[in-house]
Amino acid sequence: MGKRNLRRKSQPETGRPFWSGTITFGLVSIPVNLFPASRDSRVSLRMLGPDGEPLKRDYYSAETGKELESSETVRGFETSRGKYVTVTEEELERLAPDKSRDINLRVFVPSNDISRLYFNKGYILTPADKSGKAYRLLAETMEATDRAGVATFVMHGKEYLVAILAISGILRAETLRFHDEIRTPSDIGLPRPQKPSASSVEMFSRAIRRLTKKELDLEEMHDKYAEGMRELIERKHKKHQDVVESAAPPESPAKVVDLMEVLKQSLGPERKLKRAG
Amino acid sequence: MSARAVWKGALKVGPSAIPVKLYAAVEDRKVRFHVLQDRTHSRVKQHMVRDTGEEVARKSFRKGFEVEPGAFVILKDDELNRLKPEESRDIQATRFVPHSALRNEWYERPYYLGPDEDVSKYFALVDAIQKTNKVGIVRWSMRGKAYIGALTTDDHYLLLIKLRYADEVEPARTLSAPEGTRLEPKELGMAKELVTALDGKFEPDVFHDNYRERVLTFVEAKSKGKHPRLPIVKNRATGGSLDVQLSRSLAAIKHNGEKKLA
Repeated sequence: MGKRNLRRKSQPETGRPFWSGTITFGLVSIPVNLFPASRDSRVSLRMLGPDGEPLKRDYYSAETGKELESSETVRGFETSRGKYVTVTEEELERLAPDKSRDINLRVFVPSNDISRLYFNKGYILTPADKSGKAYRLLAETMEATDRAGVATFVMHGKEYLVAILAISGILRAETLRFHDEIRTPSDIGLPRPQKPSASSVEMFSRAIRRLTKKELDLEEMHDKYAEGMRELIERKHKKHQDVVESAAPPESPAKVVDLMEVLKQSLGPERKLKRAG
Repeated sequence: MSARAVWKGALKVGPSAIPVKLYAAVEDRKVRFHVLQDRTHSRVKQHMVRDTGEEVARKSFRKGFEVEPGAFVILKDDELNRLKPEESRDIQATRFVPHSALRNEWYERPYYLGPDEDVSKYFALVDAIQKTNKVGIVRWSMRGKAYIGALTTDDHYLLLIKLRYADEVEPARTLSAPEGTRLEPKELGMAKELVTALDGKFEPDVFHDNYRERVLTFVEAKSKGKHPRLPIVKNRATGGSLDVQLSRSLAAIKHNGEKKLA
């Protein structure tokens, strides 16, 4: 996990939707844009050279040592040790017909029926292409009936099981894990449950009641490591300690925008967002 | 069959400590590809280079945070290490809350906790959590990182779900829903009817990662020298007003006399 901190964010917050597509239920279709619901709390550091010059990751040939352009590379699946089958982006796209742009809600389930084991990543859906009315209709209906729509769809080369939920008029997509990705206690080999003594159950129940509060304490749920890093960075920046300026022009920096601002705008009355390609 | 524990610790609830082992409850089954050189099909290597393409040796890497375009504050390894949590084997329960206080957007990754030696204490806690119907908030640090988790049960075993941090979850709560003209009662009625007609249970085992399976089948065929035909991607057409779409959907369901719309 530590390694990921050092990479640049894989998803620079450029304000563009992560995915665009259509939710369908019955014959009703709702064009939507999908944005990650949670931003990453981590502080992303850049890998620099000895003089503070930004570095980038590059591919090179193991045989010739020569640098490779991305057009000189191809994706390969290892069928046996050292043997690969190559697969093109187009082939992968074509293996997923129909599903590429649709989230077809074929079943609605009670919202609380989905076990917490399944939840993976959360996204916020915003209406696109004047779909506001159908969007609000689905949100209001799901909230009134306390139902979540379940479907599979393909996004960026992977198939997802997804639950569409409505919370306070906003549609959310929660990607779910597939059944065969969840282990059971017997897969792991946990011992058979035993009947505990009534007195020790009572002892723990008392301890739980003593520790029970109505709400979460958001204070304790902060990323202390990231906060410590931000403070350290700010302190050093102010004192101009260990600050290096690179002579080389920075590689076209992606304009960082506040994800929440983008979401507020796209949920608001005027929508000028471009759909993702 | 049994899985190997990821970590060992002591779960502390009130005055009691229960020795536990941590097991991953999920396994990622994504199809993984390697990057190959297109002409030789050999694996490519990665290195870090300057803008000029010149390679830089690993031992001279430095880590920096970009404070202004092109300006970095360097963070040294010992400075970063000092920010890391202290080594500890404790999983400390800090509070218990009703299930309604922890919405699903907090959940990130589940682990099972298994008993380590003291089996009876472990199952006593399972019973107590189920009886009180609460979810515990716990903190622990593992391999130099601090975590926050939810302690709950699944099928008579303790489940520890790693949670997201507050600053990843809370901002989305400030969003307000899109506004527009009032929805017609007729449309709402039809939409409710439609959702009710498609009502079902959450049956996770009916959903398969068909795409993963197709990719694997395709790759296997290709490895045998075959060139399977692939379908052309086509877009579906829809039309009509919301009103018309709703009534057509309901008509389709009634006509088919079944719940599933193809």
